Amino acid sequence: MRLRIRGVVSAAWWRALAAVGLPQERWRALPKLRRRAVVAAVWLAIGLILVALFGVWRTSALVIAVVVYLLALPWYRRLTIRGKPIGPWVPTAAILVIAITYPYYIGDLPQLPIFGPFPQLSTMVVMMIFTMMALGLNFVVGYAGLLDLGYVAFYAMGAYMAGWFASNQFAKQNVDFGAVGLYKGATGFHFSIWLVLLMAGVATAVVGVLIGLPTLRLRGDYLAIVTLGFGEILPQIARNGDNLFGTGFNLTNGTGGITPIDGPGFGNWAGQHLHLPANYLTATNLDRVFFWTSLVLVLITVFCSARLRDSRLGRAWIAIREDEVAAAAMGVPLMRTKTWAYATGAFFGGVAGAYYASYKSGAFPDDFFFQISVFILCMVILGGMGNIWGVIFGACFLAYLDREGLANVGAWINGHFGTHLDVPLYEFGIFGAILVIVMLFRPEGLIPSSRVAEEFHEGVHDEPLYDVVTE
Amino acid sequence: MATHAETDTRIRLRRSPTSYLTTAAATILLGLLVAWLVVNLVKSPSYFFTISFIGLTNGAVYALVALGYTLVYGILELINFAHGDVFMLGGMFSATMIISVFNLSAHPSTGPMIAAIVVSLAVAMAACGVINATIERVAYRPLRGAPRLAPLITAIGMSFILQDVAIAWKGPSYIAVPQILPTGRVFTIGGTHYKWDKFIVVVITVPVLIALMWLVQKTRQGKAMRATAQDRDAAAMMGINVDRTISFTFLIAGALAGAAGLLYALYFGQVRYDTGFQLGLIAFTAAVLGGIGNLPGAVLGALCIGFIQAFNEGLRWHSPGSDWTQSIVFSILILILVFRPEGLLGERTPEGA
Repeated sequence: MRLRIRGVVSAAWWRALAAVGLPQERWRALPKLRRRAVVAAVWLAIGLILVALFGVWRTSALVIAVVVYLLALPWYRRLTIRGKPIGPWVPTAAILVIAITYPYYIGDLPQLPIFGPFPQLSTMVVMMIFTMMALGLNFVVGYAGLLDLGYVAFYAMGAYMAGWFASNQFAKQNVDFGAVGLYKGATGFHFSIWLVLLMAGVATAVVGVLIGLPTLRLRGDYLAIVTLGFGEILPQIARNGDNLFGTGFNLTNGTGGITPIDGPGFGNWAGQHLHLPANYLTATNLDRVFFWTSLVLVLITVFCSARLRDSRLGRAWIAIREDEVAAAAMGVPLMRTKTWAYATGAFFGGVAGAYYASYKSGAFPDDFFFQISVFILCMVILGGMGNIWGVIFGACFLAYLDREGLANVGAWINGHFGTHLDVPLYEFGIFGAILVIVMLFRPEGLIPSSRVAEEFHEGVHDEPLYDVVTE
Repeated sequence: MATHAETDTRIRLRRSPTSYLTTAAATILLGLLVAWLVVNLVKSPSYFFTISFIGLTNGAVYALVALGYTLVYGILELINFAHGDVFMLGGMFSATMIISVFNLSAHPSTGPMIAAIVVSLAVAMAACGVINATIERVAYRPLRGAPRLAPLITAIGMSFILQDVAIAWKGPSYIAVPQILPTGRVFTIGGTHYKWDKFIVVVITVPVLIALMWLVQKTRQGKAMRATAQDRDAAAMMGINVDRTISFTFLIAGALAGAAGLLYALYFGQVRYDTGFQLGLIAFTAAVLGGIGNLPGAVLGALCIGFIQAFNEGLRWHSPGSDWTQSIVFSILILILVFRPEGLLGERTPEGA
């Protein structure tokens, strides 16, 4: 089926090329850069026509097309500054600039066909937060190859850390440590959110180690089930934690959740002298500062991901993923390495959870259910396990679908076909379908890392060959 | 079904101190559990028996679902996440049969009731069996040679898809099933009446279990299943059509889930799209508790979990209550997986070593 579609498309492509005087062999003889230029131009032209016909046209679409065109062609591969090659950094830098300046041009963007307008800033914040979580899960699933179905527990842990240390949950205490925007006479722990983020990360990493130590010696699907169990137990503790063991001790405020949670901010001194936002929640450009802050957090996560991947520890993770027995034989300490993967992944999940709680100004037990774990897993798998760019793409795309995309698509479908489908209701079915389709047709993800791709394809046969299959 | 021929061949010269600790902790825990039960029994015996009957009924339903997990795990070493949702669809089929096809309302006369139950049972079992076998064909078979986590991930995906199928079909709220089971008493023990609705659940479960045992132990097809579970390659070389055997296993597992779906719909009286997910996890825990891949183990584990759940939710003296049921069940799951991965009746496998 897939092959047949591909065949039809490629036949049409060769016919079109021959029509402009470029039969297959002359095309093959062209330099690679020029071929790529033609292909990219065709794709962009199709995209622009679609936007013009079915979306809402703005002149900025042309600018976008030019930028994408320049990025898609590797002309910059050999750029150097003072003899140092900077080629590989060009796309990264360009995407960073595009992301940082996003708030300034968001109003001038065209509308895409079916998907509608580009995501709003508040959606972008959530996309960034989920990118952090997905990158965190990528340590566990992508690098170390341990399936974690309970990642939501770390997210919940981070959110509740923010709830405990940056709200008036524990009203008997009264500690103010660099918090911003407190009213007079506020009780409870109020630490600066920046400190709380770090504390949440560390505490969650400790929880990750505690969960990991007894369970990580299990393999494969047993580990997945155990993590799923923890992912169900921790939120249940959050839900029932307003009266633990009948002692009346209110840990989590039960189903009501902990709210409000302090917002981030740099305080008045930094606000006056450095022009940093003193208190995010009262800032006039609230969404922008939250967006830029989450971007910084994502950058830190990406940096750690990339550096750790290439470190001794990261190579040990990948070795375990590829062949646990061989890795152990080569002297990789299995338990310690896996526990580190768990702790690292948990750390970023905790930071993201705490930041999300601060952004939403609340930690609610109903936010933490199994579907979120699968949602984040879906991001990692769709984008490409083990590949940072892939995971970022998967996280942004799925978080966007969750927040705006599905509603837009649903509105488009209902508007064009006169149906009354509630598309967001089927959100998790759609994600489930994504999981199945990706696993069946492209198990390495949309933007795969080459090692993962090889791993997935070395053992796959079209026909079950019983004499070859060993496991 | 003896799944794992390979046993742990390492020779334990000396037991490690931690293993004694584990044994001691387990003994203390079990002791506390028994003490708690005895105190509850002494305090109000009739109440205790009522709760026990509920536990037995829960356990019967769990057993049918747990057997599906254990059959599939035994043959493919795959946790079929979608199994709970197949069970849920079974409940939906039964609800549709009872409400729309037979037009039954609460407390019908015996004749139509038996007809409705028998026909619904057949329909639910057939439909769920076919669905389960189709899932295997579509989502698991193409991944037979892929890394082990790949089919697990598609299984999770299928689970979500089935839930959304149920939402699209029946909507996101509970479907109420009329109380068609009679509620007269069967016998009385300790001042407690054992009622017909609970008895019918057991009456349907036991023959299904016996039929399954017969199928697996005595028939040619069952022999093929056991052979495939033991060693797929060797079974293929002996001329067993492995793909068909696996499909057949999924069919049987689905049929069991369908039967469980009917019983659930009849006994609990309501079904929703996410019923299967929660119950599926509980049933999976039951299968692990009994020793996954082991058929009598699954039944034993399901009864244990059923009793534990009923006692936890029902007993009056110091019981954690239904808020904590899931945490308790999952704690059991985790403890079993960590300390005794082979379960109560299973053999020690390389997986758990």
